[in-house]
Amino acid sequence: MEFFWTYLWPLIVILAQSVLLLVVLLVAIAYILLADRKIWAAVQMRRGPNVVGPFGLFQSFADLLKFMVKEPVIPAGANKGVFLLAPLITCVLALAAWAVIPVNVGWAIADINVGVLYIFAVSSLMVYGVIMAGWASNSKYPFLAALRSAAQMVSYEVSIGFVIITVLLCAGSLNLTAIVEAQNGPYGIFSWYWLPLFPMFIVFFISALAETNRPPFDLVEAESELVAGFMVEYGSSPYMMFMLGEYVAIATMCAMGTILFLGGWLPPVPYAPFTWVPGIIWFVLKAFFLFFGFAMVKAIVPRYRYDQLMRLGWKVFLPLSLAMVVIVAGVLQYGHLATAAMK
Amino acid sequence: MIAAAFFYLFAGILVASAFMVIASKNPVHSVLYLILAFVNAAGLFVMMGAEFLAMILVVVYVGAVAVLFLFVVMMLDVDFAELKKGVLQYLPVGLLLGGIFLAELLLVVGSWVIGPGVPKAITAPIPTGISNTEAIGLVLYTKYVYFFQISGMILLVAMIGAIVLTLRHKERVKRQNISAQNARTPEMSMQVVKVRQGQGLGSNALGSNSVDANSTGSAS
Repeated sequence: MEFFWTYLWPLIVILAQSVLLLVVLLVAIAYILLADRKIWAAVQMRRGPNVVGPFGLFQSFADLLKFMVKEPVIPAGANKGVFLLAPLITCVLALAAWAVIPVNVGWAIADINVGVLYIFAVSSLMVYGVIMAGWASNSKYPFLAALRSAAQMVSYEVSIGFVIITVLLCAGSLNLTAIVEAQNGPYGIFSWYWLPLFPMFIVFFISALAETNRPPFDLVEAESELVAGFMVEYGSSPYMMFMLGEYVAIATMCAMGTILFLGGWLPPVPYAPFTWVPGIIWFVLKAFFLFFGFAMVKAIVPRYRYDQLMRLGWKVFLPLSLAMVVIVAGVLQYGHLATAAMK
Repeated sequence: MIAAAFFYLFAGILVASAFMVIASKNPVHSVLYLILAFVNAAGLFVMMGAEFLAMILVVVYVGAVAVLFLFVVMMLDVDFAELKKGVLQYLPVGLLLGGIFLAELLLVVGSWVIGPGVPKAITAPIPTGISNTEAIGLVLYTKYVYFFQISGMILLVAMIGAIVLTLRHKERVKRQNISAQNARTPEMSMQVVKVRQGQGLGSNALGSNSVDANSTGSAS
């Protein structure tokens, strides 16, 4: 009986929480995907998906069904094991990141000490899905896409790392809940880190676009030159898993931006009517605000050329974020001397 | 008991995948097994309570170093069968290296058993009440700050050395000059020409000030 309460019961609780998170997350992803298409359509003065269900609300589920009943085709020259492992890895890693994301006070499956590093580690592993898919397809376009993406995703990880370090310096903790609590100040929206670290917020947003292979950095699947990049040989369920992994990774990046710069679940005005709203609603609103930015960028900005992409990553963002780490650390260490001298 | 079960799970997969790194025929598979080994090692670190080291291991080795390995291995065009022929030839050397490594490990672990006071005398005591990220930072940036900086400098020198050795500016290669590209205005690169019917656009109609789009874009 003791064995049950010490080992099995926590396991059951964690499993139940995980299933709940997965279901909510996947339904959210279905609507994020729809929102993406609707926003994109609205910018181009089209209607977007509007046939399945009212206003096309069930479009994503119809797509899901279509992908699931299609026949998966594996190319004869492909390396079968790695070929099928690649979409699985993309999907599982993207979902695994959500284990540590707190959407409200204490609403995380694992509130670990090194939460930020965990998400960073998981998102740095996402590149394997692309590389493995590109190599295992044994075909020209996917291989070129894999080579591109390996360089692209690793480059932008560097600047994301430095951006995270500046936030960590301000918050003084690697725990995601502690980072949000550190932004809890008397000025509400103006005590969040987007204001003092504004350049880093922009760098984070653009690097997140590059890290998740969103337009204008979608050189991995650039349809005009590489057909569909690393996904050329994929169809049916494996393709769907790539798409799912991609959108979950985008949602993760939106949640990361919310936690690091937009104060997580904190209300924008820390007084009565705003504090009555549950934290999760603020979190979802902020994350969706970031996602709206992602979708608008996709609709508005033309695709970068590859050398421009590399230049932006290594010659602009890396020095900028490195300098900001030094500046932020200097201000935190010696800032009180300056304020004392002013008095 | 659960901890022990997980230890044997991680350790078992680690050893098996480490063996597969040298045993698998395809070098790409070898790198993938190496990644599996790294991830399991990170699992072992987490079990020992060193979560910071575990995450850094995944970020640095799996997220960056192994990607470069895979990058290089994928692009190599080698005959795998021929590569595998000489494996037995290197077996004695490998065994020798393995033996030396095992002996050194035994010496390190043995000192733990023979003189329990020795490791405590040379390592910093683990502070209680703070997370291990903080504990590492407190030691690394105070007591060992010079060693830390020197190791960073060595890596920087190695990186610059590699770049200097491999960077060649070839003549006749057109390069992008971003500032020149951004400085272009519509007036510099476009002109409106009125085409008269029946006459077409003669070569002198465009004049000599027509700007070739490529020549402004590239620095020559």
